[in-house]
Amino acid sequence: MPEKDKKKTSTISPKTPPPAALNKVEKESNVDRRTFFSWLSLGWVAFVAATGGFFTMMLRFFFPNVLFEPVQTFRAGYPDDYTVGEVDLRWKEKYGVWMVRNDEGIYVLSTVCTHLGCTPNWQPSAKKFKCPCHGSGFRMTGIHFEGPAPRPLERFKISLADDGEIIIDKTQKYQQEKGQWNDPESFLKV
Amino acid sequence: MDAFKSLVNYISNPTILFTAVLVGFPFVFPPTNWFYKVHKKLGIHKLWTKKGLIIMVAITIAFFIFGLGDDNFKKIVLKPDNVPISGLIILLIFFTWLSLSQAYKNDKLIDEGKPVDEHYEAPNDKVLVWPDLVYVELISLILFSAFMLIWSIGLPAPLEEPANPSESPNPAKAPWYFLGLQEMLVYFDPWYAGVVLPTFIIIGLMAIPYIDTDPNGSGYYSYKNRMLSLSIYLFGWLVLWNVLIVIGTFLRGPNWGFFGPFEYWDSHRLEALTNVNLSELFYIKWLNMGLPSNILVREAPGLLIMFLTFAVTPPLLAKTALKSFYERLGSTRYTIFVVLMIFGALLPVKMYLRWFFNLKYIISMPEFFFNF
Repeated sequence: MPEKDKKKTSTISPKTPPPAALNKVEKESNVDRRTFFSWLSLGWVAFVAATGGFFTMMLRFFFPNVLFEPVQTFRAGYPDDYTVGEVDLRWKEKYGVWMVRNDEGIYVLSTVCTHLGCTPNWQPSAKKFKCPCHGSGFRMTGIHFEGPAPRPLERFKISLADDGEIIIDKTQKYQQEKGQWNDPESFLKV
Repeated sequence: MDAFKSLVNYISNPTILFTAVLVGFPFVFPPTNWFYKVHKKLGIHKLWTKKGLIIMVAITIAFFIFGLGDDNFKKIVLKPDNVPISGLIILLIFFTWLSLSQAYKNDKLIDEGKPVDEHYEAPNDKVLVWPDLVYVELISLILFSAFMLIWSIGLPAPLEEPANPSESPNPAKAPWYFLGLQEMLVYFDPWYAGVVLPTFIIIGLMAIPYIDTDPNGSGYYSYKNRMLSLSIYLFGWLVLWNVLIVIGTFLRGPNWGFFGPFEYWDSHRLEALTNVNLSELFYIKWLNMGLPSNILVREAPGLLIMFLTFAVTPPLLAKTALKSFYERLGSTRYTIFVVLMIFGALLPVKMYLRWFFNLKYIISMPEFFFNF
């Protein structure tokens, strides 16, 4: 390399070729191609096994041995336990339902707001369910009339057992906008 | 005092507050030459001087100190969740001031034909990482850690009772940085205000460098050369995001109703709001007939309005008011720009429709989870 080039810069000048690092390694290393690949496969198998094991355990975590969830079907006392024209809050905490009795009978409303799933509060003075999250309001019937809720509260299946006790089945729901409130099982005539 | 409080409560009514913000905004952050002239004539540009900053911060602090004398306001402000918001209002004023004062300084320099403040001659553009940068970073790190530590000890995050799905707190407020989103959710269906709009905000921010390719003002602060872009951006940032956060923090009370900052949070306050969909307004109130059973016929008025907004307005504007934009941007970038602007504008429009006409949804198809 000429003397003046050396003075000009201390970094690698573009004229000098890059160090042939790859060739060098291959010559000096005592790992041949076959050995390399067998180690690589072993590494991958170990990696996949570890990751797989991790995800299997994580998946298992989603299915707990004990599920502290209230039963979906429950007995809710006798029709006479409920006052006409009032919203009954006794099953709200445990099962997430409001029992409403009007002149014709009893129906069961879900306590989940149809906007974003908060739990509205029953306001006896205003006779409405009012959601504290975005201000949706529902009438006693469950019909939405205030705020952003796009559809009425859902109703659950209600029926009478042979002994005259009310049975509520939360697995069966009835949506007004689909015309399901006309279903006789969504309403208990008293 | 009480008269002032009730005045503030009255002004805090969203219709008045938001209208005042909307009307005042173009005079404070002028988008066009005409507004800029009025802005100068009214002396609003003096806000971006040192005196202006002192006045703005002093008024804000004075308001908070005065407000602390009121029990209702005190409860909101001293709630540990809300303390950062009060601080952030002042920080927001400061940083808006910082950039705009620099921008106005540069505007003046450009007018005088001098180089801008950020201008440097070639050899001066280098600073050593060590110690110049790392040193500053280390000091900031230590100070900030100390600050966070003291804050978290002094104002611990409130630990509440275990979550109970059958009892939502009243009002149930999102973390402060999501209060703007929560406010949007009041006016829209969750999929729109919670998914579509936030996505559009992110996409819109990412699209800015592709839509606005004007090299003017790149690398230095300036206002006059980029009035429209800056005004639009600041509108989105200050009004559609920060004002909504302030509304969510200070003006939203039990049952997510509007309360003045000095008003008692009465969870039993009666409010008669019967919201109606456009279809109900159109067929039942105006045409005096029942709702048609066919969904498409029922929602025809709303669908027509949306069609006019998104399919007819952009080409119409391209021929008239935004002709120069269309020529400059070309059809693809113009369409993206205008559609994003329409989405942004629909938010305040929908808010007003709700406030004045109790309109719930323009298009309401709960059968298909499609409401707009």
